[in-house]
Amino acid sequence: MTDTTTDRTEPPGDPFDRDDLPSPPGATAALLRSLLSTHRARVAFAALVILVKEGAIQAGPLLVAYAIDRGVPAFRAGDHGPVVAVALGYLLCAALAGALQYVFVRGAARVNQDVLLDLRGRIFRHAQVLSVDFHERYTSGRLISRSTTDVESLQELLSEGLQELIGVVLSFVSISLILLWLDLGIGAVAIASFLPLHLLVRLYQRRAGAVYAERSTAIAGVIVKFAETMNGIRPVRAFRREEVNDKDFATLNHRHERSNGDALLEMARYVVGSRLVANTAVAGMCLWGAYRVASGSLELGVLAAAVLYMRRLYDPIDRLGMFLNSYESAAASLTKIAGLLAQEPGVPETKAPKELPARSGTPGREVTFDKVSFAYRTGGEILPAFDLTIPPGQTVAVVGATGAGKSTLAKLLARFYDPTDGAVRLDGVDLRDLATPELRRGVVMVTQEAFLFSGTVAENIAIGNPDASRQEIEAAARAIGAHEFIENLPDGYDTDVRKRGGRISAGQRQLVAFARALLADPAVLILDEATSSLDVPGERAVQRAMDTVLAGRTAVVIAHRLSTVEVADRVLVMEAGRIVEDGTPSDLITHEGRYAGLHQAWRESLVS
Amino acid sequence: MPEIPVAPEPPAPAAAPDRSAVRALLRLWPYVRPVRRRLFTAAFVAVVASCLSLVIPLVLKWLVDGPVADRDPGGVWLGALYLLLLGITEAVLFGFRRWLVARPLAGVEARMRADLYGRLQRLPIAFHDRWASGQLLSRGTTDLMLVRMFLAFPLTFLLVNGVTILAGYVLLLAQDWSLGLVLLTPVIPLVIVCSVFEGRYGAVARRAQDQVGDLTTVVEESVLGIRIVKGFGRHRSQALAFRDLASTLRGTELAKARLLAMIWAVITVVPELAIGAALVLGTVQVADGDLSAGTLVAFLSTAMALRWPVESIGFLLAMSQEAATATERYFEVMDADEEPDAPARSATPAEGPGGVRFEGVSFRYPDAPQDAPPVLDGIDLHIRPGETLALVGGTGSGKTTLTALVPRLHEASAGRILLDGEDIALMERDRLRSLVSMAFEEPTLFSASVGENVLMGAGHEAGEPELRRALGVAQADGFVDRLPDGTGTQVGEQGLSLSGGQRQRLALARAVVGRPRFLILDDPLSALDVHTEARVEAALREVLRETTALVVAHRPSTVMLADRVALLSRGRIAAVGTHQELLRTSEEYAWLMSGEDKGTEDR
Repeated sequence: MTDTTTDRTEPPGDPFDRDDLPSPPGATAALLRSLLSTHRARVAFAALVILVKEGAIQAGPLLVAYAIDRGVPAFRAGDHGPVVAVALGYLLCAALAGALQYVFVRGAARVNQDVLLDLRGRIFRHAQVLSVDFHERYTSGRLISRSTTDVESLQELLSEGLQELIGVVLSFVSISLILLWLDLGIGAVAIASFLPLHLLVRLYQRRAGAVYAERSTAIAGVIVKFAETMNGIRPVRAFRREEVNDKDFATLNHRHERSNGDALLEMARYVVGSRLVANTAVAGMCLWGAYRVASGSLELGVLAAAVLYMRRLYDPIDRLGMFLNSYESAAASLTKIAGLLAQEPGVPETKAPKELPARSGTPGREVTFDKVSFAYRTGGEILPAFDLTIPPGQTVAVVGATGAGKSTLAKLLARFYDPTDGAVRLDGVDLRDLATPELRRGVVMVTQEAFLFSGTVAENIAIGNPDASRQEIEAAARAIGAHEFIENLPDGYDTDVRKRGGRISAGQRQLVAFARALLADPAVLILDEATSSLDVPGERAVQRAMDTVLAGRTAVVIAHRLSTVEVADRVLVMEAGRIVEDGTPSDLITHEGRYAGLHQAWRESLVS
Repeated sequence: MPEIPVAPEPPAPAAAPDRSAVRALLRLWPYVRPVRRRLFTAAFVAVVASCLSLVIPLVLKWLVDGPVADRDPGGVWLGALYLLLLGITEAVLFGFRRWLVARPLAGVEARMRADLYGRLQRLPIAFHDRWASGQLLSRGTTDLMLVRMFLAFPLTFLLVNGVTILAGYVLLLAQDWSLGLVLLTPVIPLVIVCSVFEGRYGAVARRAQDQVGDLTTVVEESVLGIRIVKGFGRHRSQALAFRDLASTLRGTELAKARLLAMIWAVITVVPELAIGAALVLGTVQVADGDLSAGTLVAFLSTAMALRWPVESIGFLLAMSQEAATATERYFEVMDADEEPDAPARSATPAEGPGGVRFEGVSFRYPDAPQDAPPVLDGIDLHIRPGETLALVGGTGSGKTTLTALVPRLHEASAGRILLDGEDIALMERDRLRSLVSMAFEEPTLFSASVGENVLMGAGHEAGEPELRRALGVAQADGFVDRLPDGTGTQVGEQGLSLSGGQRQRLALARAVVGRPRFLILDDPLSALDVHTEARVEAALREVLRETTALVVAHRPSTVMLADRVALLSRGRIAAVGTHQELLRTSEEYAWLMSGEDKGTEDR
């Protein structure tokens, strides 16, 4: 799961804080390879297209030569053939170049977009599988940064990169060959000049790589702060945080500005360096060639031709720079993405799923905790080994102070976590052996945070069961007493909840969350403080729904309101990770235990 | 119907119908102005460097034709030296141009982002209700990067290449005006094609940017709603919904590529055709003896040298279009009206009695349909100085909205609210919000230490003693001291995650730490267990004694904190009185408090 403390020595501090999740060596290159592997043929095709296109463009000068050498005399002689041929040839080349350019741009875009779609999907799917506590530490801002700005770096590389790279390689190779063919000596100088260029490129790569890694971290920091502020805008306003936030944001923004400027400056240094090498080499070649012409070991004509090609040899170094620039930026981003993708899901889905036995009579199922113990890897509360069996159809209330382990128990049953030792079983089948759809038909958990996704109210309820009809959705809402308020919304069930349900109160959101759970119709329902924001009538409606719609389900209810607990068949009192009392509510009240104390306090709080 | 709903539409109507890219880009001027000297110098340097690049081949030619051909060693050395000097100058100028703009352009991007952030912090809450944060975020990241890239490349090179093309044409016309005219013919169709392209490309680019914003929203929600996704095992359908959206974006990007491919092809082909025509005409002229072969060659090589500047116009225009739509998107937010602040009348004479007084207050969301009933309708309510009033009402009766009006998170649509006789609409927001302290229904902690989170609620003078007292009131001192670094422990999105009850207690501590004159608590004890609740209530009573408070309550235990109770029903105050009075006189109140229907079953 979120275990990042590998054996390798790492810089001090938490990799989450540094936004530097480790990935196995070579993971970045492997990621790029695997993204491109399915597109090999199309990349090759695109490369071919751009090669032919360059050829068509280069045919121009040849046609000019032909027109002057052959066309002019022939035309004078009254033979229009060669001139017509030139006209047709030029027309053909122009059309070909245009058509191929069109084909290339579209073909390259398709490869590019397919790769991006693939990468975005991988990030998203992987993030969805990672555990809740991973997300609590990674933050939504960083995930946003990975799937937007980091993906866009790759987009930049892919959209320009192929053409740049092919152009660069093509020029270097063809012109070096021509120079070698013209004169071995000059050609050798040209090739020798590649060594300092190579060193320069390596130096640039190393420095730019570090700068881009920093930039990617910096923009993620900016996004995290941005997202946090927008999501907490009400308290920001009410507690007049605007100016403090401006200052904090300025620091983060400045960090990004610096690395952004650094990146541009690295590029400027590369441009100066590479141009210096190139221009010095040209001057050197000229000087040496001229000397050899003077000494008679080189023909003037050859030097003249070589000189023309020399300049063109280095034409692509700027384009090489642009390519390297986008490559380094993309590599830094891919490293971050690879780090995310290397995170192991805390609760991996089984490869060999088992099925739950058919339900026998009751809609509920039996829950067993078999010698289960649990400790968070990040510290925090611990559950020592315990056994617990909940027969089908039983409603169990779990009470105890904050930190007593109630939520952990619930999360183990919902398989948000796997136990450190022992097994949680549903009708005898280990939860780890259930595929997700089967597991969620079995167990559903409703938590205190009743988050609404943007979309309509109906869509939000339908998360419980995507196949549900509108009637079923409304029936679920009715059963929980949410129908009335939903009908009163501007567009009823089709009302857009907009930003995280800004216009829907916390209590109403909890009702929607309940409707969701009713629609899911699970064998085991877990309610983790799921009624905290409801008023008393709302709470009663939930209880009624559990008595009617959910009758016969196995239920685990964590609640502070003992009104909810009173209707339970059985109460577990937890303290410091242990179950310290277990019995029916009426039994426990009569004993001088903790539950009796809680009950007494609750009675007093009712006062009416 | 998608299984997990995704942001269905861009939140704002897609920009003005008048898509003038130039007009949009001109709006960048205030940000560019401070760096204009550097930017213009850089453009100038680019032009000079391009000219140098043109001179170097001439020197090469001179070297070969002159000293080398003449076997003049001194001349050769001199020529090589010239070449080296020119080469060094060229290299330095290229680098200089980039150096000139590197920091300033990063600065422009950062300034625009800081302004956006500052603006967003000050826009009305109603604005944030309408806009998904992904759309805001994508404006602050992707869009601003496009703007920076535009300032770095297309802006300069449209200029440089434009100058090069113009100069080239002058040369061409000077060499042979009739052939030059042939090369001029494609200009008009190209201009037309380009302008059509611009408009269409701009529209598609805008769509792509909006879709990136939607995608951002979905990613964010997938994290914020991760417990629901996991609780219902919906990660597959969630991933499918994401894939749908990402596929739509892919489709838009491909449409963009199609347009780009088209314009690129046209810009490649049309000038080539003109060159071809010039070649044929020229050949005929040479054959007829009207033109020398050398002139034709020179003419055509000049024309071919212009190929790259012309071809590049296609993608330079495309990048400019994207920057223009990104700028539009940026200013859509920047143009939204900030919360208007009160006229600078810091102290109005107190009129009438103290405490909090609502006079005929109505509220309807600014974006609500006209026929919708107002959320709050003619609220008259008086909380006496030092009194605690409980606000009770059914789900969705407008309680939270009512509390939001006091610190002016929303503005009352009608009527007025007086704090100690002072109309809040005439108070500076900052002062108002320093008088009124709130604990929200949903306790939000920021990425900061526990201590900082709590002390946010007080002025700068508050320190350790105030912090301890507030933590004590909220019964949070116990668990806070057990945290790894006590009050220095980092919490919030980037820190330790606390349970709902713990967060609620810290939010409560934050509300009371500054001993505010007016205190508003929205269901402050909902997530607490019974024992803790009882202890918090006892401590809270002390605090409430010295402040005027409005407490939203869902259950009798919370109501007992208050001196009196107001019953809110469908946006109106239905009754005010003590708990006991209302239990006797109001059926609705009794029902809300006990959950037991008295005779009439209406649910």
